[in-house]
Formats: sequence, structure tokens, C-alpha cells
Amino acid sequence: MSPAIGGTLNRVDGRFKVRGESRYSAEVPVTNLAHAVIVNAKIASGRITAIDTSEAERAEGVLAVLTHLNLGRVATVPRLLPSLAGLAAPGQTFFPMQDDLVHYGGQPVAVVVADTIERADHAGTLIRIEYETTPATTLLDQARDRAYVPERIFGGLLPGHSSRGDVAKALAEAEVCVDATYRFAPNHHNPIEPSASTAVWEDVDRLTVYDSTQGPNAVQFTLAELLGRPPISIRVVSHAVGGSFGSKAMVWHHPALAALAARHVGRPVRLVLSREQMFTSCGHREEQEQQITLGARADGRITALRHHKLSLTSPFDDWAEPSLQSPSVAYTSPHYEGVYHLVRGNTITPTFTRAPGEATGMFALECAMDELAERIGIDPLELRLRNYSATDPESGKPWSSSGLTECYQRAAELFGWRDRDPRPRSRRDGQWLIGSGMASALYPVTQPVNPQRSRARLYNDGTAVIEAGVSEFGTGVFTAMTQVAADGLGIPVERVRFVGGSSDLPNVTAAVGSAGTSAVGSAVHLAATQLRDELIRRAVADDHSPLRDADPANVEVHDGKMVLRDRPDVGETYADLMHRTFVPDVEVLGTWNPPPQDVGYGVHTFGAQLAEVAVDADLGVVRVRRMVGVFAPGRVLNRKTAHSQLMGGMLWGLGQALLEATRMDPRLGRWANASLGDYLVPVNADAPDVVVDTIEVHDEVVNPLGMKGVGEIGVVGAAAAIANAVYHATGRRQYELPITLEKLL
Amino acid sequence: MRPVSYSRVADVGTAIGTVSADPESAFLAGGTTQVDLMRIYVEQPHRLVDISDLPLNQVEELPGGGLRLGGLARMSDVAQEPAVVRRYPMVAEALLLGASPQLRNMATVAGNLMQRVRCSYFRDVAAGCNKRTPGTGCSALDGVNRGHAVLGTSDCCIATHPSDVAVALVALDAVVQTEGPAGRRSIPIDDFFLLPGQTPEQEHPLTHGELVTGIDLPPLPVAATSRYVKIRDRESYEFALASVAVAMSVAGGRIAEIRLALGGVATKPWRARAAERVLDGAPATIEAFTRAAEAELAPAVPHGMNAFKIELARRTMVRALEEMAQREGTA
Ligand SMILES: Cc1cc2nc3c(=O)[nH]c(=O)nc-3n(C[C@H](O)[C@H](O)[C@H](O)COP(=O)(O)OP(=O)(O)OC[C@H]3O[C@@H](n4cnc5c(N)ncnc54)[C@H](O)[C@@H]3O)c2cc1C
Ligand code: SF4
Repeated sequence: MSPAIGGTLNRVDGRFKVRGESRYSAEVPVTNLAHAVIVNAKIASGRITAIDTSEAERAEGVLAVLTHLNLGRVATVPRLLPSLAGLAAPGQTFFPMQDDLVHYGGQPVAVVVADTIERADHAGTLIRIEYETTPATTLLDQARDRAYVPERIFGGLLPGHSSRGDVAKALAEAEVCVDATYRFAPNHHNPIEPSASTAVWEDVDRLTVYDSTQGPNAVQFTLAELLGRPPISIRVVSHAVGGSFGSKAMVWHHPALAALAARHVGRPVRLVLSREQMFTSCGHREEQEQQITLGARADGRITALRHHKLSLTSPFDDWAEPSLQSPSVAYTSPHYEGVYHLVRGNTITPTFTRAPGEATGMFALECAMDELAERIGIDPLELRLRNYSATDPESGKPWSSSGLTECYQRAAELFGWRDRDPRPRSRRDGQWLIGSGMASALYPVTQPVNPQRSRARLYNDGTAVIEAGVSEFGTGVFTAMTQVAADGLGIPVERVRFVGGSSDLPNVTAAVGSAGTSAVGSAVHLAATQLRDELIRRAVADDHSPLRDADPANVEVHDGKMVLRDRPDVGETYADLMHRTFVPDVEVLGTWNPPPQDVGYGVHTFGAQLAEVAVDADLGVVRVRRMVGVFAPGRVLNRKTAHSQLMGGMLWGLGQALLEATRMDPRLGRWANASLGDYLVPVNADAPDVVVDTIEVHDEVVNPLGMKGVGEIGVVGAAAAIANAVYHATGRRQYELPITLEKLL
Repeated sequence: MRPVSYSRVADVGTAIGTVSADPESAFLAGGTTQVDLMRIYVEQPHRLVDISDLPLNQVEELPGGGLRLGGLARMSDVAQEPAVVRRYPMVAEALLLGASPQLRNMATVAGNLMQRVRCSYFRDVAAGCNKRTPGTGCSALDGVNRGHAVLGTSDCCIATHPSDVAVALVALDAVVQTEGPAGRRSIPIDDFFLLPGQTPEQEHPLTHGELVTGIDLPPLPVAATSRYVKIRDRESYEFALASVAVAMSVAGGRIAEIRLALGGVATKPWRARAAERVLDGAPATIEAFTRAAEAELAPAVPHGMNAFKIELARRTMVRALEEMAQREGTA
């Protein structure tokens, strides 16, 4: 029996998905169901002076209209905390409809409950709301002068500024300097499934919420605080989730509003966000600007890096996506300064969006690196190699594992990088200017804080159920867990069933920060191997077992049969042992305690991205022809799903580079393109030839299986490689994303 | 969505009778525009009359050598029709470059001509928009207007006409056949689309309940050497930032016949008559193409974010003409 880990097991939920049999949170069959629709503020700042719901209340099918006047107060408004922490994880330190104030466009101001979603939606348009508006800030340019440096960002988890050495002096002494400012349009996640919650009160003290989330437990804890009830009265179920990209990483207002509405009408309530509401209800990547100043010696060795970021945050939280983290450790740079500058505006708190922070921070750094390489006159890849840091430049500690130089080498081979003529505008194919570019990819290895748990139960027919409260939002985690459990127990994957997606199951953290699979995988691995060891222990202690008195360390399991390592003919199956001893099942709980924050190593995931673009010489149209991404994500559990994740990430990078932008109308304080027709994401026709490869580096530090995560690193550096390729093709540097054709006319 | 009643009709007379008798009713063809706009409350009819069953979905030969596209013919069917592909390639190309395969399988060609603008303020009922609610102002003038028009605009409305196939039809001088309470009409396609002027809410000369029964393509040998070029941010599933429909024949290095229209840059599918005048009889050279494009775009008016469209349209015209000339093997 060859190991399942590292293979290419097809998705265990694949057949259900393609047959339309997966049950999403808005599809769970519930009797006596009512439908709620949120009504959003049409102004960005001000106060509700009058609200007339009478016509809406009279409309056919309407059961209730809730506003700040009758919703009732929530018990507490928990503070924003990233869901990786394993606690309550509201997307912002705010809950709407508690008073008459409007802080941002799209803020919920009413909830209509009716017998059908169409009637609820229609009744929502019959509510008359009068506002007193106050001036709003919705663009960076409106309030640069009000920028401040926060003490901490990111729910308090990261410092607002940091430094090492003397960056000003080092920059003054640098032989070569690159100083550039990059601007980024806001981005929205746009998963295929809009967020949905179905709330069912079984009695006054038992609530079940079917919710589309990356973390059922995070929803449970958040609802417990908002509703003022103990966690035991709240169960959160997430059977299948149609993608997230960060929009479901935190807990936003809709599950609580669904629960409150359901309690109000005394019926189960389903609340589904519309596509348009997905632009105002689940955060986004904030509008931002980043200034990079690189100082280097004439040979390209970086001596100083200054990285400042200016971005828009909400009235409630000091949120910035952590753009400075990975760039600060990407290369040797003895002198460093990183500062976040925030401007408060009339916006929902921004949130995790596809490689939050790294996607923008590494874009800025890697574009500046490309300029530096040109300035010095060396190959961009050679510049990276000259600045490769074998230790974490921040702490000076060695990397737990790296693989970065191997990634560069493999990517260069796959791409044919060596033959590249470095001169801009040196290649042409008819009307198309051809260029190639590269970038490094870095993503931190984030670790959960709380213990991660999984339960493994083996039945006396040799099949096993493995459980953990993780949800499957398209990453393939259920498939990978099936493989981990099978290998841990020594049985084929067909005999394993992984069950997740409920807060009743052993608690794991929300699957965020590319850490979901490694967090739950570590717990599953421990549960499965401990269960195996328990059965071996019973066998060697059993007088009737062929393994009686054997040293457990000498017993291994193949295809469900425990055998002596040096005499594989001696042994018995799990099933034989259990039948003989009248045991229906054996169960253990595996608990993985994540390593402390400081493990004595630098922990990061690395990769290399190469891209070839064609730019229409007259019309400015950019089309990506080829992308090569090679990553070193530690152990790869499933090559197929991992490579799909990485490829998907690279295509999102293409979207970030060329297409994605949410456009704010500052007069209205609302997004002007909140639809999938107007917010452009790449379509199949945009997808180039994408080559993904992985370098498996061994890592004993991060977790028992040595996984570093593939969720987001595929995004990182992709946009920079494309922008650098656009420069190589056209000779025009790009400082603003997305690179739309008017910038190249 | 506002509550709405729905009925399906089987004959043209009933369709026209039902809709014209009720000012709050609307035809429903493929529904890809109609239902979309109802869901966001931009259109709020009380009654939908589904005309999908009407016998108007064929492509037929016309006596004089032209072709009639049935008003209810699906975009995908027309694009595959051999007579269209062979004799009017730019019509087939324009259809195939529009929307997505799923939409084209639902959408009809008459519905395509009747589709509403994609201006985001038109679609946002809380924003001022003269086209949706006359007299409320045009939010796009100083707003997010990257996709808006530079030709045929007024101070009341600058929304781009979104259709692709209409651009090809305008270049061909197609004729829209209608039937209404007052009988049948043939409307030259250029008259079928109205400039916004001071009445942007009026987009067509149709009366309420008047049905587009067909679109006639005239017999036009030059249309066999035609093409449709569409420029956009992503490779598929997006409206044009600029597009060009061109039919051209070249004899002895000179342009013998030229038909040219622009999309994505004007408030109606834009017949480029000024450019045609420059090109008619001119040598098929880049200089002539450039002069023609410049002549056409001379009256263009930018509005902030869309200023680039003037240059983009100019270059796209030159590109389309150049490629056409190369294909003709004479440039
Ligand atoms: C996301 C998206 C992308 C798109 N991209 C493109 C694109 O790139 N290029 C492009 O050209 N189009 C594009 N379209 C528009 C699409 O082609 C039109 O929606 C479609 O052609 C409309 O046809 P329908 O049959 O669905 O019309 P309906 O939606 O059924 O009707 C549209 C309107 O026409 C009226 N109507 C319909 N039939 C008749 C008739 N026979 N006589 C009189 N009135 C009638 C209806 O009452 C209604 O007002 C896109 C649409 C969407 C939703
Ligand atoms: S451009 Fe036309 S459609 Fe758009 S807001 Fe102005 S009036 Fe309305």
C-alpha cells in the first residue's frame, strides 16, 4: 500500500459538487422557513432622521421589518480579532442597527423578513428613510493630511511600525537607490457563493446556524458574544462553502442578523447576501499606496529597505492588511524601516483578501527590485540570488526550511529564463511586444494559537471516521484530511471518511492565513496515529494476538493489518483484534499544541514566479502568455489539489495585475461597479499556459507533517512578475494596479 | 423584484395587443436584460408577456438577395448561420464577441438591439440618472465614467450604447421590421437608435407594444469582406471599450467601397460617415486610414476617465482598416 500523502487523490466531495448535490448554507432544507433581506444605507456618513416602514410592513408576505428602533441591542460588540486566534472573530468592532448613525455606504439599516426572498427584497424598497448627511471620506486622496501611524494594526496582532539598524544613514550612504510609490485599487473577493446564513432556533436556548464560513467555531463564539448566550446554546454548521478568498474568514453581520430576525418572527430565517451586497458586507482589500526605498551597493547587495504604506481604514478599527511583513524578511537588508500610515474613512473595516498584505507588499518590493536590477545592470534573478538571506533578516535565526534558491532555479529552467535578452522592447511578435518578468514569492507561516483537535474512531470492520470542525470552502481540505488519516492509521483512503463543517466537532481554528490544512492536518495526524498506537498497544497486550508481547515500536500497519516490522507475516488486522475482543469501535481525541510564537527559527514559505506577456504595441492591451510558478510549501499532501490551489492563486495574481479594481464614487460614497459584470475577474480566455511545480522541503519545526500551506503563496509575486514583464515588453514602468490599457496607450 | 404577472403568448397579434393595452407591461424575450433590470428595480413592469414562442426565430432569404434575421432568433443561432457567416462575417463576429456562450444561447437579436445601457448609475436606483428618471441629472458626467461615450453625447447623458451586433448592422444599413398597434413599419437602423440629446429616456422610435419582428440585411457584396474588431480589458465576457465594424473592397490600391461603424465609444451604434467620406476612393494606406479616423473623432468630447477612448478608438479604426486591407492583399 503506497502512502496516500503526496498522491493525487481526487476530491472526495468532487462528485457531489459536479452533480449539484453539495448542500450550501442557503440550500439546507428547513421547514417553515422565512427569508430575510438586508436593506443598506445609501449614504456614507450621517444619521437617519426618519424611517417609515409602514408600507413595507403592509406588503404581501411580510412578517417583520427590523430597524435600529426595534431590533434590540446586542449583548456585547466583540473586538475585531483575526479568526486564526480561535476566538470570537468579528470582521469589525461594530454592530449595525444599534443606533441611528451611518458610518459607511452599504451599512445595514433594516432587515425585512417575508415568506419569500423576492417579497422581502421588494418590501425593502418600500421603506422610506430620511438621512441627514455629513461629509464623507471614501478615498485616500481626500484625507492624506489626516494620516496617523497606529501603535498596532490587524486586530492588535502586529506593530504599526518597526525598524532595525539606521535606515536613514544607510540610504544616504547607498551607492544605488530606488525610490518608488505604488498605488493599488481596492479589490473585492467575489467567491461564487454569496454569503448566506440560515438560522433555526430549536427552542429559546438552542440555535443552529447554517453559515458559509471558513470557521464554524469562530461564528459560534462570535454569535455567543453578540447574542449573550453560552457557546453550548449555539451550533454552527457549514456543510459546503462555495469559495471565500477571505470574504468568509471573519464573522460579519449577517449570521447574527439572521439569528435575531429568526427569534423575532419565531420561524427559521434564511438570509442570503446579494451579489451587490457582497461588495459592502464582508470587507475588501483596502485602497492603498506603498512607498519603497531600496539602498544598495554597486554590486546589488541591499543595504537598506524603507517601506511605508498609506491606506484607508474604517472608523472602528486600525486595520491594514499586513503588507510589510514578508517584504521585511525577503532579502538581506541590515537596515530596515517599515511604517503603516492609516486614514480613517467611511468604509467597512477592510479584511483579508487573497494573500492579504503579501499580494500588495511583495508587488511593491519586487517591482522595485526589478528597477534595481536594471539600474545595476544585472539579471533580476541574479539580483535575488545575491540578496538571498539564509537566515531571517529580522531575527537573525535560520529558516526552518527555505527552498527559495531551488525554486528560482527550477522556475528558470521551466521558463527558459536564461535566454532572455534583458533590453526592454527587444522582442516582437507582429503587433505584440513580448516581455518576461520575475518575482519572488513569500508568505508567512502563520500558526494557530489554541490547541487543534480531531477525533478518530475506528470501527470493527476496519473503517474509520475522522472529525474536526473545519469547513470545506473549496481548498480540498476534506480530501487532504482523508489522506492524512489513512496514512496515520495505515488503511486505504476508501476506508476513511472525514467529517467536518460543524462547531459540534472537535475545535480547530478557522482555516485562514494558508494555515487551515496544516492546523487541522496536524490534529488529524495525531488523532490517527494515536488511534493506531492504541490498537497496537491492545494487540501486544492481548494473549490471543499473534503480536502478543511484541515491542509496539516494532509494529507497523499496512492495509489495516498490524505486523512486525521485521516479520511482516506475523500480525493481525484491526478488525480481527476488535472482533475477538468484542469491541465495536475505538476512539481517540488527538490534540496538537501549536509551537510557541518564537520557535527559534524564521518560518516562511517561499517561491518564484515568472511570467511572459504580450502587449499590443498600439492598443495597449496586455495578455499574459505564460506563467511559471515554483513554490516550496513544505510537505505537499495532495499534488493535484495543491497544484490547483497554487494555479488558482497565480490566476488571481493575474487579475490583481490587469483587471481587478473596485471604483469608489466619492460623491455617493458607494462603489460604482458592484457587480460581476463591472468588477472584472479573469475568465478562462484570459488564463495563459500556467506551469506549477513544487519543491518539497523538509521542515520539522512548523508542525508534525512539515506543511507550510499552499493557499495563498500562489498569488504572491504573480502581479509583480506580470508588471515587470510589461516593463520588459514596453519599456514603461507600472506603478499602479490594475494595469489597464489606457496606461499603455 | 416587484410582484409581476407573467403570460406566454403564441401569436404576434396577441403579443402586441396585450402589451399595447397595458402601459405597465413589457415584452420578455431571452430575459437577459429585462429580468436583470427588474431584479435591481430599474424596470418595474407589472406584467411580462413572454414572446419566446412567436414564430420569429428563423433566418430567411429575402427576395432581392438579402437576409432577414427573425427578431427572436438567438444570438448563438444567428452567429452560426452559414449564410450570415459567409455573406456578413462581421455580424457573426460581433455576435460571437458579445456576452458569454450562456447568454448568447438565451438572448435574441431584437432583445440585443433593445438592451439598455450599462452605465452603473443607470443601474443604481439611488443615483441621479436622466435616462432612468428624467430630470434627476447625470451622475456619470463627473463620475466613474471610464466606459462612457465620447461621441454623440449631450450634457444630459453620456452612456455608451452597449450592443456589438448593432454596430455591424449600422455599418450594413440594416432595416428593422416592426409591427405594432398601428401596423407594420420598416425603420432604417440608423434611425432606430436615438441620440440622447435632452431626452435620453427615449432610445428608440418604437411605440409601446410595438414589436421588432425582424432585421433585414440588404444584399451587399462588400459585406462578404468585413470584420468586427473589439477591444476590451479581458479576453471575453466584457463590453467593448472600442470596437470597429468594417466592410471594404479595394481595387487598384484604392478603396472602392467602404462601410465603417464604431462601438463602445458612442451613445448609439456609430456609423462613421466622416471617415467613410475620407476613405471613399482614397488609397488604402495607413495615412488615409489615420486621416479618416481623425476626421471621425474630431467632434469627440472626453469626460475625465474616458479621455483615453478617443485615442483608443482612433488606433482601433486604423488597426481594423489596416488588417482589412492586408486581408484584401492590396495594402
Ligand atoms: C453580463 C452580460 C454581458 C453582456 N455582454 C454583452 C456584450 O458584450 N455585447 C452585447 O452586444 N451584448 C451583451 N450583453 C447584452 C445581451 O446581449 C442582451 O441582454 C440580450 O441580447 C438581450 O436579449 P434578450 O432576448 O435576453 O432580451 P430581453 O432581456 O428579454 O429584453 C430586452 C428588452 O428588449 C425588449 N424586447 C425584447 N424582444 C423584443 C422585441 N422582439 N421587440 C420589442 N422589444 C423587445 C424587452 O421588453 C426588454 O425591454 C450582455 C448581457 C449581460 C447580462
Ligand atoms: S450617462 Fe446616461 S445613463 Fe448614465 S447616469 Fe448619465 S443619464 Fe444616466
